[in-house]
Amino acid sequence: MVKNKFKKILVLGSGALKIGEAGEFDYSGSQAMKALKEEKIQVILINPNIATFQTSKALADEVYFLPVNDYFVEKVIAKERPDGIMLSFGGQTALNCGLALHQKGIFKKYKIEVLGSPILSIELTEDREKFAEHLRKINIPVPPSGSAKSFTEAKKIAEKIGYPLMIRVAFALGGQKSGVAKNTKELEEIVKGALAISPQVLIEKYLHHFKEIEYEVVRDLEGNVVTVCNMENLDPLGIHTGDSIVVAPSQTLNNEEYHGLREASIKIVESLKIVGECNVQFALNPHPSPLPKGEGALDYFVIEVNARLSRSSALASKATGYPLAFVAAKLGLGQTLLEIENKITKVTQSFFEPALDYVVVKIPRWDLAKFVGAVEHIGSAMKSVGEVMAIGRSFEEALQKAVRMQSGLVESVTDNGFQNKKEVLKFLTIPTPRRLFALAAGLKDGMSLKQIHKLTGIDLWFLYRIENIVKIEIKFKKQFKKNKKLNKETMLLLKQTGFSDKKIADLGGKTEIQIRQLRKHMAILPSVFAIDTLAGEVPAKTNYLYLTYHGTHHDVAPLGRNAVIVLGGGPYHIGSSVEFDWSCVSTALALKRQKKKSIIINCNPETVSTDYDMSDRLYFENLSFETVADISEFENAPPLIISVGGQKPNNLAKQLSGENFQILGTKASDIDRAEDRNKFSMLLDQLNILQPKWISFTNMNQALKFTEAEGFPVLVRPSYVLSGSAMRVCYNREQLFNFVKKAAVLSPLHPVTISKYIENAKELEFDGVAQDGALMIYGISEHIENAGVHSGDATIVYPTQRVYASTEFQLRSITKKIVKELAVTGPFNIQFLVKDNKPFVIEVNLRASRTFPLLSKAMDANFPEVAVDSFFGRAKKLHFKYPKGVVVKSPQFSFARLLGADPVLRIEMSSTGEAACFGRDYDEALLKSILSTNQFDFKNKAVLLSLGGDLYKAKFLDTANTLISLGYKIFATDTTAEFFKNNKIKCKTVRKAFEATPNALNIIESKKVAFVVNLSVANKVNEHDEKRRGTDGFHLRRAAVDNQIPLFTDLHLARAFIKALSRYGMKDLEIKSYREYLH
Amino acid sequence: MLNKKQEKNLAKLILKDGTKFFGKSFGAMQSISGEVVFATGMVGYPEALTDPSFAGQILVLTYPIIGNYGVPEKKFWESDKVQVSGLIVCDYIDTPSHFAMQMKLGEWLKKEKIPALEIKDTRLLTQKLRNEGVMLGKIQIGKRAIKFEDPNKRNLVAEVSTKKIYEIYPYPVSPYSRGRRKEGVKTIVLIDCGVKQNIVHRLVARNLKVIIVPWNTDITKLKFTVDAVVISNGPGDPQKAKMTIQNIKKIMEKKIPLLGICLGNQLLALALGGTTYKLKFGHRSQNQPVVERGTKKCYLTTQNHGFAVKKIPRDFKEWFYNANDNTNEGIMHKSLPVMSVQFHPESSPGPLDTDWIFDFFLKKANIYGKK
Ligand SMILES: Nc1ncnc2c1ncn2[C@@H]1O[C@H](COP(=O)(O)OP(=O)(O)O)[C@@H](O)[C@H]1O
Ligand SMILES: Nc1ncnc2c1ncn2[C@@H]1O[C@H](COP(=O)(O)OP(=O)(O)O)[C@@H](O)[C@H]1O
Ligand SMILES: [Mg+2]
Ligand SMILES: [Mg+2]
Repeated sequence: MVKNKFKKILVLGSGALKIGEAGEFDYSGSQAMKALKEEKIQVILINPNIATFQTSKALADEVYFLPVNDYFVEKVIAKERPDGIMLSFGGQTALNCGLALHQKGIFKKYKIEVLGSPILSIELTEDREKFAEHLRKINIPVPPSGSAKSFTEAKKIAEKIGYPLMIRVAFALGGQKSGVAKNTKELEEIVKGALAISPQVLIEKYLHHFKEIEYEVVRDLEGNVVTVCNMENLDPLGIHTGDSIVVAPSQTLNNEEYHGLREASIKIVESLKIVGECNVQFALNPHPSPLPKGEGALDYFVIEVNARLSRSSALASKATGYPLAFVAAKLGLGQTLLEIENKITKVTQSFFEPALDYVVVKIPRWDLAKFVGAVEHIGSAMKSVGEVMAIGRSFEEALQKAVRMQSGLVESVTDNGFQNKKEVLKFLTIPTPRRLFALAAGLKDGMSLKQIHKLTGIDLWFLYRIENIVKIEIKFKKQFKKNKKLNKETMLLLKQTGFSDKKIADLGGKTEIQIRQLRKHMAILPSVFAIDTLAGEVPAKTNYLYLTYHGTHHDVAPLGRNAVIVLGGGPYHIGSSVEFDWSCVSTALALKRQKKKSIIINCNPETVSTDYDMSDRLYFENLSFETVADISEFENAPPLIISVGGQKPNNLAKQLSGENFQILGTKASDIDRAEDRNKFSMLLDQLNILQPKWISFTNMNQALKFTEAEGFPVLVRPSYVLSGSAMRVCYNREQLFNFVKKAAVLSPLHPVTISKYIENAKELEFDGVAQDGALMIYGISEHIENAGVHSGDATIVYPTQRVYASTEFQLRSITKKIVKELAVTGPFNIQFLVKDNKPFVIEVNLRASRTFPLLSKAMDANFPEVAVDSFFGRAKKLHFKYPKGVVVKSPQFSFARLLGADPVLRIEMSSTGEAACFGRDYDEALLKSILSTNQFDFKNKAVLLSLGGDLYKAKFLDTANTLISLGYKIFATDTTAEFFKNNKIKCKTVRKAFEATPNALNIIESKKVAFVVNLSVANKVNEHDEKRRGTDGFHLRRAAVDNQIPLFTDLHLARAFIKALSRYGMKDLEIKSYREYLH
Repeated sequence: MLNKKQEKNLAKLILKDGTKFFGKSFGAMQSISGEVVFATGMVGYPEALTDPSFAGQILVLTYPIIGNYGVPEKKFWESDKVQVSGLIVCDYIDTPSHFAMQMKLGEWLKKEKIPALEIKDTRLLTQKLRNEGVMLGKIQIGKRAIKFEDPNKRNLVAEVSTKKIYEIYPYPVSPYSRGRRKEGVKTIVLIDCGVKQNIVHRLVARNLKVIIVPWNTDITKLKFTVDAVVISNGPGDPQKAKMTIQNIKKIMEKKIPLLGICLGNQLLALALGGTTYKLKFGHRSQNQPVVERGTKKCYLTTQNHGFAVKKIPRDFKEWFYNANDNTNEGIMHKSLPVMSVQFHPESSPGPLDTDWIFDFFLKKANIYGKK
């Protein structure tokens, strides 16, 4: 082992998951920490993201659940006195924090070495203007550009370069607030928006329809450099790489282009003296003129360089099997690439460039439909919330797999719900998440490839591949219509082109199972191939696998019955995120306790579960019935765990058990009894357990009868949903009618249900593990907001703070009844509403829930371990210990990135992540937690209040007084101000959003206030009304998120926050590690 | 399943040990025998296919999707024809897209009379060659069986080498000054054992006049001054190029600076008392790591060879070694400007990391040679 001089290293995480900074940093931080542990270095981690694997006890010696900002990090440094710090594994958050600490001289003061790339280089790459200058100096082309700090400056530059222009923002990530300006008006709009979040914008020539290519480069202290992977965006320049379909390796570059760009990236990395990982993004002209004459004549530009691990590096890691973050961490310690073993082959080392013998396709996952009003266009600012990666031996195979992984609802690129040609044309012209499907639709409609290429800028090569899929589908359909037969040759061709059994069944008027049986009868089964980084050149001991129909052999032998398959959660999206990956990984690890081998199936490249050293075997594959069944049958039918990866694997219960696959834990029929509303409701009635009154209806009269009896408001929803999609509160008949029309279209297979919406109720979560119907371990947590805010968006506290002992007692006995009745084995979660000390059950999930990691960590009890033990009948009852500290979890919203979305809490989930902090009491934990998801300025003692309705105003009175006593200056909008004045509270009236300045918007834009409270009465207008988006409230809320000013739209949370403020200042917040809170 | 007759009609690759891989033909409808080897590079098939070092070989490309950008103009090839005997890929693309494309890969192969097959499990084939070593094989199209033939028994170098001497001058590229000879240009003699054009390009780019001579030319008998000699890459067993080996001895006696590339490395070693041996499955990829002996510097290189140097000749030291399997990757004379590398500093296809070898050599050889 190589010696190193470091004893204690501080690693910065990236905090809550948000658009542009998501699960990939759980993966990179975890790998980095593994690398440090291997060197026996003490690791300190700061990351308030409690749902991540990296904050597990297994990795860091000390974890601080604290905001990643210069204030808290300095405090931790002063306490822990590490001798080194790693800034490049926690995304832009960690990097920006590191730069701030550096500028403050903290590293010097505490004699801390920044490991990896020199901080000056990082600074250089972050300053778009200086960096462009640097590149010009070393003869690397950058687009003609200039930087501006004001609109006037921007205009001058624009005149010089000429429109269209690309406006980009310094020190930001995910292309936030960037955009294309075709004229001065658009320029003004974009520049102003950008300058609200960053001091500098870069204005550059818009490179229309250039190819977008990325390289992932690693370099060691000795100057040895390799590019681990290159990637090509299917979408041309102009669509953020995070929102692009990405292919690795590049498909349309020839040798000269591939290696020309590779050489350029090496030159850049060398000039920056990077140590570790670096990402270089290029724009390449697909139609250079004049034609290049041999070497050095490529027509390309550098778009940007990220001197840190990134989303792309996570993808590259998974695409190649080269553990970039692990290697980068070792390089940071001063090791050379030659000294680091190739973890896959175990016989070669890390100085090499992986040779792939497969192709990888990444497709982003968007959830724009979840945001009312959000603009559907995609462009240079990232909007996706997750991604999937598919591996295949032909592009068609990989693309079709990825399409299926992405939403779980679509079977093929040829599936598309476009109404007519006009709509197809529209979706080809305007880039949206549906463009891929428009390509296939256009080709089906007979549009020419050239025409589509011209509209989209997508390289003909990709269009030819999609055309191939379309052609094969059409041919099969015709052939089948004629002779009703599917021969072996055609079946094989369809499978090699990536068609699923289900799709083939749909095309041929059969069922999925019929096709499956036919296929098995024909002995057409996928081959199991390994990813070995060297295309089979060296025998590798790899357990990293995928399926393909372009093969006739398997690389591995089945593990058999001593193995257990754990299904992961698929792409991150709203409602299913890193918490399920934590559960999945923790479960896989816990299988060792039962001497079982673990097999993980998952298809999300930003996860820790898809790191091949977290399980005995990893299948980077889809979580569909077909794929899971194929893998299971190949492995000789080991039992399956479907209850730790969220709703997606859970939904397979019925089908898998129907086909006699063995599922560990609660029986599929009992899962169905919990998920089927009718059955579940009957069960509750039987057990004498309260539930909000509801009916399920198929015609409007039934619904009306219900509302007449029960009154409004009501909650309307279809069954089998995870995160409130298509769920709506209706306050009157009109709203009800309007919504049902839409919901019925959404899900014709399931009847619509309608329940009494209980106002002003408390919401509680009950999480636990049971074995054969007996409770083994559990925890109750409390929502701070009232019911009506989706549990994923709610602020949650553990242990409960304002719940009667008698309520908890009732919850426990209700749970025991349910668990017993359903014979639950394994994890479960029950959601309760409590009104007047009467608990109502609103939902039971017989799987690990979002709160699983939170409770596990808060209670210091490994729930997944108990769950695994329970699967084998070996769980023991765990006794409850009242915790010393309090934990509060806050949601993280990404509204700022979603133009047009209304940032307000509703019954539908819209947060993209969460953070949780410990404190000595509720107030302290809440404050820390809110500081983790917001940029709050303690020094700015001013606030803007805009309270709708008399009730809210009255309820806020005490809190307003608290603000005054804290020395806050109150700005209030018209009626709120009037109310305050009547109640002798000093405040300054501000005008409405669109009245003359100074108005509410000006106050926010000029950052005069530290936070904004905006409470609006939801019951009068439908929250989904177009009208509502034009309101003052909407503009006010948008302005707050656009200017990164903390916004509170819930009465209870706002009150709790202000109360906490009155008890704690920044300096009073204790700096204690997780361990210290436990012992 | 297929019946015997159907099987007979299918295009297939048959290995010496009897293993059959059925496939779809996309090249010339013609049967051929050769040595089956695999290469793992992900780009650069036009360069690889025209690399004379592949003469006599049936090339299996491990990257599955091939043909994407078609084939460019001849001037971008590594020699003036397709050199491989046959080509095997997993997924042939007949709908390429690239601005520099002149024709499709399939069209080209047909024109050049080279058979090519799409067989699905190229990974299995690769693993077989890796485990059992490269072996003879034949692509059989149609019913008529052909015999296995070992290309290594032939003098492949003689087959691919130029038959006559020709010169290339570092003419300025500008059309206005075309034809004007540069004064004081030094002369490099390039012994063509199957040279890749990019070796010529890399030398000419350094303002050198390159005279390309047949593999068996005795340099010492040439009528002009030779400032330095480069021995090119080439196919097959180095032992077969006996005359080149003899001639190298003469060059050494005259102390003319010498750079060997690939086969040139092996020939230099053999000429001066070293030995060579056949590798189990050779190095054919663009990601071979080589370490400069005595330093911590490592370079990524393109390689294409089935033989390697074992014993390093006296008065020479090892210059480079392979970081994966420790095989020799280059030797250097302890005092004279004589050296050779097993990899391809001219790349094409592959990484451009070791282009500096040319500068290093030219400097040692006291030849003005900056780009
Ligand atoms: N000059 C340009 N012309 C056209 N598109 C561009 C240009 N510069 C950047 N883009 C697009 O904007 C996206 C985001 O820009 P980038 O600087 O990479 O931001 P981020 O830091 O968020 O990754 C890129 O992925 C690219 O598609
Ligand atoms: N009957 C009800 N009355 C009031 N609020 C409710 C009622 N049912 C659900 N809610 C609220 O809606 C949110 C989402 O409902 P839930 O059934 O849990 O959906 P999901 O399946 O998406 O978790 C809950 O967290 C709760 O705040
Ligand atoms: Mg970028
Ligand atoms: Mg819920």
